[in-house]
Amino acid sequence: MSVNLTLLAVMGALYACGIYLILERSLTRVLLGLMLLANATNLLILATGGYAGLAPIFDKDTPAEDYNDPLPQALILTSIVISFAVTAFMLGIIYRTWVLARQDEIQDDAEDRRVAETPSFDAEDDSVIPVETSEFPLAMVGSDGAGTNGTAAVMSGGRPMRADKAASEEQPGSLNVDPRPEGGEE
Amino acid sequence: MNITSFAPLAVVLPIMGAALTFLLIHYPRAQRAISIAVLTLTLLLECWLLASVWEGGTAAVDIGGWLPPWGVVLVVDQFSSLMLVVSSTVSLAVLIYATGQGMADGDRDAPVSIFHPTYLILVAGVSNAFLSGDLFNLYVGFEILLTASYVLITLGGTGPRIRAGVTYVVVSVVSSVLFLIAIAMIYGATGTINMADLAIKLGDLDQGTRTLLHVMLLVAFGIKAAVFPLSFWLPDSYPTAPAPVTAVFAGLLTKVGVYAMVRTETLLFPGDALNAPLMVAALLTMVVGILGALAQSDIKRLLSFTLVSHIGYMVFGLAMSTVAGLGAAVFYVAHHITIQTSLFLVTGLIERRGGSSSMDRVAGLAKLSPVLGVLFFVPAMNLAGIPPFSGFLGKLGLLQAGVELGTPLAYALVIGGVLTSLLTLLAIARVWNRAFWRKPEDAEHPDPVLLAAPADSATGDRAGKTNVTLLPRTMVGSTLGLVVFGVALTVFAGPLFRVADQSAEEMLDRSSYIQAVLGEDAPVPPVPPAAQPGQAQQQGGGK
Repeated sequence: MSVNLTLLAVMGALYACGIYLILERSLTRVLLGLMLLANATNLLILATGGYAGLAPIFDKDTPAEDYNDPLPQALILTSIVISFAVTAFMLGIIYRTWVLARQDEIQDDAEDRRVAETPSFDAEDDSVIPVETSEFPLAMVGSDGAGTNGTAAVMSGGRPMRADKAASEEQPGSLNVDPRPEGGEE
Repeated sequence: MNITSFAPLAVVLPIMGAALTFLLIHYPRAQRAISIAVLTLTLLLECWLLASVWEGGTAAVDIGGWLPPWGVVLVVDQFSSLMLVVSSTVSLAVLIYATGQGMADGDRDAPVSIFHPTYLILVAGVSNAFLSGDLFNLYVGFEILLTASYVLITLGGTGPRIRAGVTYVVVSVVSSVLFLIAIAMIYGATGTINMADLAIKLGDLDQGTRTLLHVMLLVAFGIKAAVFPLSFWLPDSYPTAPAPVTAVFAGLLTKVGVYAMVRTETLLFPGDALNAPLMVAALLTMVVGILGALAQSDIKRLLSFTLVSHIGYMVFGLAMSTVAGLGAAVFYVAHHITIQTSLFLVTGLIERRGGSSSMDRVAGLAKLSPVLGVLFFVPAMNLAGIPPFSGFLGKLGLLQAGVELGTPLAYALVIGGVLTSLLTLLAIARVWNRAFWRKPEDAEHPDPVLLAAPADSATGDRAGKTNVTLLPRTMVGSTLGLVVFGVALTVFAGPLFRVADQSAEEMLDRSSYIQAVLGEDAPVPPVPPAAQPGQAQQQGGGK
């Protein structure tokens, strides 16, 4: 198969510019890059058809090799229509981005940034849960038969406190949690 | 006249429905009725197609009377018709869910009038890609579904959706350009783009050219199927779309990429030396995907990462290129389309009921809405691969095939598969613990909706009014239907696995496909020796 060198050179230039442009952060340039890539690909498809020949209208006297290959052109036609639709849609999106954010740049995914910056310590999964080491639960029955209801006093943060309160204080999101950072003065 | 000659209707019906719903853009009721009717008809037709090839065999339809090596041809076999039936079932359920949502919200949040035509075009594109027996027609099918998906992902044109849409569109267009370049090069090298014809002619090319074409196609499809490291775009763009759109994208779009990979691997490049790199890609997809899922605090994003991760299982099955492995992969694709879509639908319901899909905000749903709990629990356990669900059966099939293959790489994949399954369970359990079992007041930033509810629950009449408006019956019903369909995949796993194995056998053998398209006397090239397990072992060991 033989190909047209000019077409190939143009195709190469289009691909190079296209790839350079889609690596930009500006959306308009990305769009231009995509258009160049699509057109470079159309040239590539054309090149696969070989040298130009006669129009593929059947004639008994013409040998088969003299005809042009019509299939690549049919493919190009389809791909032009598709890239046209996509370009129009991209323009719409870019305009919308401009209307909404007044900028022509690709924006970061906010949630992704947030997850990336989240410390590996998860208050809910990883915080120390007060382990009940006693064999008797807090709501044990006192020697006098009355429930103690966790009124036993424990030392928490340097001050005496009811055991059930102290336990709930450890729960993340609890209303009793001291808003001051840990280690703040009492 | 054979039923398979009606196969083009699977594409034509949705397109005509789209035209009709577009004309009726000011009559939402008529739109709903037409699109549901059209999809139901399409589904019935596809069930009939599946029934006609249930026992095996391949049928080809020449479009417009042009004979195969030149004209466009649609091919119906077990794999393509199974995919058609599963995808149409899923899209019908999602459509009903979306109409329920549209009716409940009074269509104020999004221009739903454009939703129906676009959705039907998407379905037509998916069907076209599944049926196509021609590489360029496959490209057209991809473009149809992608262009429809561009519109759907930016539906409403809000800031976050546009931002996510830009990434999605640019990545998709680049992958399409790659695919088109690959098609052009394949045409330049062989002079044909008919897949059956290519199956014969690609074998005559020298190894270097063939590997180049093979890699180009794999990269193009790898972007569409979200195979690591080409999966970065997916968790970024899917979660911002409306719930039904995310659900149908998660179920169908990546699987069309996987389908295209399976077709080209088995039909065009059997036994090429790329199985070992594919296996490594599968392992990385599984592990990296699921580790990403564990870091997320938003349920939709978490599910998007599990979606990426589970693509790895399918690529694993494909890369083994044994009957057992490929059969399990076929079964896994059918299972995963259903389950992943149901999970995204349930997440949409969680968002409605709990006010958010962030795990810092939702809590206590098990008590608020036990129905939601069941709807989430069943597909979630299914996804994690807990016996006896279909997720377990599919993974078991893959692991068995991996052990059977017995290469070191296959064993690594088996271990990675088990690990991914367990990590999926962990990720899902986190969602369950937080969104369903945790008390609302324990959440980091509990949603006001959740805190208001317990006050009423003391009086006992909470279940009545709020639940009905927050969870419309059509939405719950369609989700339930899909969950039941997922369970049915488990119940009928026996016959399904038989069909999947048989289709794998036919795909690896290739003679049925080639002869159905090119006629009985077409020469069928022998399956190259590398497809045999013994040879694969040497390759795997060498890598």
